[in-house]
Amino acid sequence: MASQKRIQKELAECTRSPPPGMSIALASESNLHKWHVVLQGPPNTPYAGGTFGLVVTLPVEYPFKAPAVTFATRIYHPNVTNDSQGSICLGALKPENWKPASKLLGVLEAVRALLVEPMPDDPLEARIAEEYKADRKEFEKNARAYVARYAKGQPKFDGEAGGAEAAKS
Amino acid sequence: MDSDDEYMSALSSEDDIALDDSDNDDLSGGEEFDFDDEPPDLGIQKDDSQKKRAAYDISFKVYRPQDIQKQQDDLINEVNMILDIRKEEAAILLRHFRWNKERLIEDYMDKPRQVLEAAGLAQNGAKPPRLETIPGFVCDICCEDAPGLQSFAIKCGHRYCVDCYRHYLAQKIKEEGEAARIQCPSDGCNLIIDARSLDILMPSDLTERYHTLLNRTFVEDKETLKWCPAPDCQNAVECGVKKKDLDKVVPTVQCACGYRFCFGCILSDHQPAPCELVKRWLKKCADDSETANWISANTKECPKCNSTIEKNGGCNHMTCRKCRHEFCWMCMGLWSEHGTSWYNCNRFEEKSGTEARDAQAKSRVSLERYLHYYNRYANHEQSARLDKDIYVKTEKKMVQLQKESGMSWIEVQYLNSASQALQTCRQTLKWTYAFAFYLARNNLTEIFEDNQKDLEMAVENLSEMFEKPVADLADAKLKVDIMDKTSYCNKRRIILLEDTANNLANGAWTFNVDFMTPTTTSGSSSRR
Repeated sequence: MASQKRIQKELAECTRSPPPGMSIALASESNLHKWHVVLQGPPNTPYAGGTFGLVVTLPVEYPFKAPAVTFATRIYHPNVTNDSQGSICLGALKPENWKPASKLLGVLEAVRALLVEPMPDDPLEARIAEEYKADRKEFEKNARAYVARYAKGQPKFDGEAGGAEAAKS
Repeated sequence: MDSDDEYMSALSSEDDIALDDSDNDDLSGGEEFDFDDEPPDLGIQKDDSQKKRAAYDISFKVYRPQDIQKQQDDLINEVNMILDIRKEEAAILLRHFRWNKERLIEDYMDKPRQVLEAAGLAQNGAKPPRLETIPGFVCDICCEDAPGLQSFAIKCGHRYCVDCYRHYLAQKIKEEGEAARIQCPSDGCNLIIDARSLDILMPSDLTERYHTLLNRTFVEDKETLKWCPAPDCQNAVECGVKKKDLDKVVPTVQCACGYRFCFGCILSDHQPAPCELVKRWLKKCADDSETANWISANTKECPKCNSTIEKNGGCNHMTCRKCRHEFCWMCMGLWSEHGTSWYNCNRFEEKSGTEARDAQAKSRVSLERYLHYYNRYANHEQSARLDKDIYVKTEKKMVQLQKESGMSWIEVQYLNSASQALQTCRQTLKWTYAFAFYLARNNLTEIFEDNQKDLEMAVENLSEMFEKPVADLADAKLKVDIMDKTSYCNKRRIILLEDTANNLANGAWTFNVDFMTPTTTSGSSSRR
């Protein structure tokens, strides 16, 4: 499959020089289509001090179809669903915006940027977005509480929906 | 049958058929036809451009798939010649300008560079696109670097191997249904891949799909074109009525497939009611806003704890199930004050209950008014649905009639005409009730209601005749009768539509809601 070469190259790039505060590894050595990313909460944000797990799933049609990125760690954020799914609303991953030449490195950077600056006008959790806009203090307090509760220590990836959804290579 | 010849010649218009006959034959109901000396051109929206158009009749044109293609080609050729640019670029520019040729030419003359850039076209002058083999090339998508790898780039120079390019196009066209605005595969590059490049790259099995998609965007981009909403119909209809005119006219068009619909809102024909009113009416009927009305008309509240209570029989001595409060259903006062007259409320005149009763009465009147119009609307809607079954039956009847009476195919067509007249008239009648619901009473309303009544009577008359057994239908007199009634129905419908359309165009109607300012849906000032 032609995509193997491309994924291998991207994986090598990402592991060699990952975005700040991230480390990247395959979920299992035999499957190139599922990546586990560990993300340190960016400094000067309510997420600082937290360690978040991200799961990157590459579809079989990658790079012609966009990858899917989800949080394996619960996070209090306007653009991430406040549940065990941890779905992210990211413009670059929408089918109309994804281009085959887009790179995962860029996607991961976009996720990190979302933690630094949430986009409350394009929310997935309307209530949290409202709070972010109207009462920043309360939002930060809640976000920190989530970090203290869920994002301490090494992230667990087993919580997420596992092998069934993973693309076969 | 002495009118056979006219029958044949006038077959294209069922109304004319019936009219001609009513002129020739001596009729039983002849006195109803005192307007028969008018030329019979009132007959519906047939394409008779030389005759003056009635107020309710708007001009439109039906485009078949090949016409749609031709219209695009013509526009592209024109721009190609005027601006001296390549055809594929003219196509992209036209699409960018939503096929507004005049604006494109004006803007392009003014500032060609900006126009090209905004449309996703790079500056002119680059050599035409072709496949190339470049030594040392690595495809940025699949990371292949085999020597002799064919590659392709549009004017932006973002170069990818031909397999990746094809895969990308196939996915856009097949899965995402995109055709007119496929961008360069490079991240962040919004240059649009032109038709010539697509021709070079596209696998032949996608060509047809690609052109279908292009046609689709052409119709969707053009404000004056809309797809016929009938199932499986591939035609589009062109009509010049703008959105802002919709408070003055109800633009009903008829596709070549026979389907009649409103160009303004794509719902099926809803003359004489304007689109905005239709939207409101449908919403009103769909929401359960009337449930609230029902509750207020049929229930009362406990004077003490405000629980809603429906009286389902029994005497006026009510005991609230919740708070055990005892009161009189008639006057809403305390039961204990009733003294000894247990089963009769003789305190009716007392002030305490008067206000509550007034509010109750008002709500009841409003509900009844709505139901009056709704029931009639729904009745015609249901009948219209049944008409579809009737149509099937009619065809059977016609065959049967042919067999039993030895009439020719052409001689039994009057049943078809009658069936069609019933359908269109019912459709119109249905909407007159929604229309009437929103009308404020004045002299015009009375004329309108007279017209409505006349049409309704005519339709019910015809409907009754139409359902007679086949044996009766063979009777020559009944046949003539049915043809007369058919033409009468069509005439009454046209009179009604003329009247409503004229008043609408002149802004003469007074509505009891302010829906003609098509802003938000919150016409909360609506009185009923």
